[in-house]
Amino acid sequence: MANTTKIEVRVNGVGRTAEVQPRLLLVHYLRDVLGLTGTHIGCETSLCGACTVMVDGAAVKSCTLLAVQVDGCEVQTIESLATDDGLHPIQEAFWDCHGLQCGFCTPGMIMATRQLLQENPSPSEEEIRHGLEGNICRCTGYKHIVDAVQQAAEQMKAGT
Amino acid sequence: MPVSKLVGTKVKRREDPRLVQGLSHYVDDLRMADVLQVAILRSPHAHARINGIDKGAAQALPGVVSVVNGADIGDSVGSVPCAAANPTLRTPPHPVLAQGEVRYVGEPVAAVVAEDSYTARDALDLIEVDYEPLPAVSDLEKALQPGSPLVHSQWDSNQAFTFECGTGDMDKARAEADVIVKQKFIHQRLAPIPVETRGVVARYFPGEGELTVWSSTQIPHLLRAMLALVLGFPEHRIRVIAPEVGGGFGCKLNVYREEALLAHLAMKLKATVKWIEGRRENMQATIHGRGQVGTVEAAVKKDGTILGVTYDSLLDTGAYHQLLTPGMPPLTGLMISGSYKIPTLKFTSTGGFTNKVATDAYRGAGRPEATLVIERTMDLIARELDMDPVELRRKNFAQPADFPLPVATGLAYDSGNYQAALDKALEMVGYDDLRAEQKRLREEGRYLGIGFSTYVEICAMGPSAALPAGGWESGTVRMDFTGKATVLTGVSPHGQGEETTFAQIVSDDLGIPIEDVAVLHGDTAVVPNGIGTFGSRGISVGGTAVYMATQQVREKAEAIAANVLECSAEDLEFEDGKFSVKGVPDKGITIQEVALQAHVATKLPAGMEPGLQATSVFEPSNFTFPFGTHICVVEVDTHSGEIEIKKYVAVDDCGKVINPMIVDGQVQGGIAQGLGQALLEEVVYDEDGQLVTGSLMDYAVARAEDLPPLEFARTETPSPVNPMGVKGVGEAGTIGSTPSIVNAVVDALAPFGVTHIDMPLKPEKIWRLCQGGTK
Repeated sequence: MANTTKIEVRVNGVGRTAEVQPRLLLVHYLRDVLGLTGTHIGCETSLCGACTVMVDGAAVKSCTLLAVQVDGCEVQTIESLATDDGLHPIQEAFWDCHGLQCGFCTPGMIMATRQLLQENPSPSEEEIRHGLEGNICRCTGYKHIVDAVQQAAEQMKAGT
Repeated sequence: MPVSKLVGTKVKRREDPRLVQGLSHYVDDLRMADVLQVAILRSPHAHARINGIDKGAAQALPGVVSVVNGADIGDSVGSVPCAAANPTLRTPPHPVLAQGEVRYVGEPVAAVVAEDSYTARDALDLIEVDYEPLPAVSDLEKALQPGSPLVHSQWDSNQAFTFECGTGDMDKARAEADVIVKQKFIHQRLAPIPVETRGVVARYFPGEGELTVWSSTQIPHLLRAMLALVLGFPEHRIRVIAPEVGGGFGCKLNVYREEALLAHLAMKLKATVKWIEGRRENMQATIHGRGQVGTVEAAVKKDGTILGVTYDSLLDTGAYHQLLTPGMPPLTGLMISGSYKIPTLKFTSTGGFTNKVATDAYRGAGRPEATLVIERTMDLIARELDMDPVELRRKNFAQPADFPLPVATGLAYDSGNYQAALDKALEMVGYDDLRAEQKRLREEGRYLGIGFSTYVEICAMGPSAALPAGGWESGTVRMDFTGKATVLTGVSPHGQGEETTFAQIVSDDLGIPIEDVAVLHGDTAVVPNGIGTFGSRGISVGGTAVYMATQQVREKAEAIAANVLECSAEDLEFEDGKFSVKGVPDKGITIQEVALQAHVATKLPAGMEPGLQATSVFEPSNFTFPFGTHICVVEVDTHSGEIEIKKYVAVDDCGKVINPMIVDGQVQGGIAQGLGQALLEEVVYDEDGQLVTGSLMDYAVARAEDLPPLEFARTETPSPVNPMGVKGVGEAGTIGSTPSIVNAVVDALAPFGVTHIDMPLKPEKIWRLCQGGTK
């Protein structure tokens, strides 16, 4: 497997250069090469959303994207959200509203929420449920997740 | 400043900051040096003889360290264990890698160990297996008929076991009955689908002779004991760690081939090896739940009095027994009378081997089957007698004065007030108006249905005498030099939030801030002993052990305080973390100062051991029996077969509540899985034993849009079984919800002559029923 390709990518604001196999999945690049293990793998088929990250501002499922496809792109993972000042309002809202139990789907769910709120800062319950349909949570039954997204929307509007 | 009491209040979870930031460590997140990656070759056949395996090309691939198959393992690793006892049980050998024959799609055949995971997967494609397909049987009822292909040729049939329970004379009940109601039920196979699949890392240090296994498990201590037996390796040299675990729902209450295999490979290669299950593997090779078929018969007087119920059932065990496979039917049988006083009960179960992966405990584990049967039967009886299903339930309910309630299956329910939960739910849903609306809408050609489930379940597992491997739980509470408390618990939480709820208990009773309490779990080298998390036992058994240890710590602290203050313990009062002499509030000592004294050990009462810690092992005297009423209101679109849940009301009673937010979360999540069974989920194998639902594309897990708005309330009937009066809530939502949804749809379609529909209630099935014409 000597064939490698050079990629340059910004991940969470840090410029990275790597020689990767063309078949290396983005999620494995993030987890195994960069050690950013907050992005999880739940199905390897884009169906569960646990691996959701943002590429150039759009939520994508990193388990079915190749690392070489993000050459020249800006990637943001769950690790980029909290700052020294504290948690991101979406993270805070998931905590406040008990929007997680085992926590495995949570990073992907939060990244999907981030895109949802970027596109629609005041989503209705129906729009939230529709907007998160690409992300499976097996623990919560989604009600508390919907509550969290609503709280985050309010917080983020108040903060802008 | 008074410390506010935390028990009974919403305390935000202490687990969450690490989880919402992606900073936690599930098995796949552990970072260790020189880890070899394992990939597993699995059978594509439901049943085949292995005539040969050529590993040459795989072994020659650069980066491959080792390729092993069943012959390489031989008898160096024992059979994967089944702990459930049954004198009729046929237990086939359950090797970690197939020995000459495969019996289900996904059965492990060979393993590749390589320097990286991509190479390991490449090598799988290079292994040549010469399979000779054999006749397979997939359908449970066919498997138990004479002439069926045999899953295990050493026996003359596919019968795996028989089980029965109950008491009373059903012939007499039939003779006295005005009406006999019969119905067949199919409880489809379900896939548990934790979003984190299974995963194992095993490390062997030959110098120390120590084996460490990290596994995504619900039962680290039991896994340790089982690995010792399977590997023939001393238990005290094994350490099992359940790191952060991404959901289990029963499927990680088990001991799997891969856990033993990885441990074996680590010792053989003197290396650290890692295997992370893919989702496709998870669908094929992690246990399924349910898989039961049965027929109920109820003997009833025309006034609605139920004289007797029999339920004769079959369990699809799959090809091999997992840890508790034969233990599922007893949980159905024991709960078959639900919340009703029924003098005669008879339950039978026959297990049948099929060429499929094993069934075992999945959220509810045997009780959803019982609840569906009895709650559907109540509606069938009501229909037959032209009675309101609510009235029929009221008539047969056990009453509060009946508790402890002896049940004809041999159990004694601890406490309950079924009527109160029902009344509350009826009020919330507006029942009287709903029936009028249903009538009105039917005249317009619209089909509203109202479904009830007045369930009771058995949990807080449980008395050791009734469980295969001990039902107690341990809790240790220790205050250190600086007055901080460390709690060790034998339960192994994976989403249930015990790092928070257990800390609430300790914080209240020691009068220290919750920030000063750490709850440790999931590591056999840290927690001295334990059983694990399953059967809704965390708070009721594990929490009680912590509660009792906390009381012991406080008693010892009180004795030390009395010695330091030179008074007798009876003269002391304890409030907000401070011992004070009654009537002399200035004379006192904080519990943190006591903790320091306990370790400095110069002012201890004569003969007292230094330190301030206690361990309690709680052995429950009985199970607990949470209950409630779920009411579902649906409208069925008869043109498309689609079901819309218009309203869903759940009134649950799980005894005393430690953290209402967490209880709500458990109920909501439970309902999502119960709704999944009712409407969406079904593992399908074709008749040759090929798995048709092999990915999340084919197996429909509930998504956010599938869940209706839910309305919740609680009643609170304390359990007398433990000092906090708690019952448990992990499975109630799943157990209680499914029948209410099915009953609602059947009720909606009553004008079409529909009396029963088997799950899942997919639109196609509903549409076809509606084509039968209006009665």
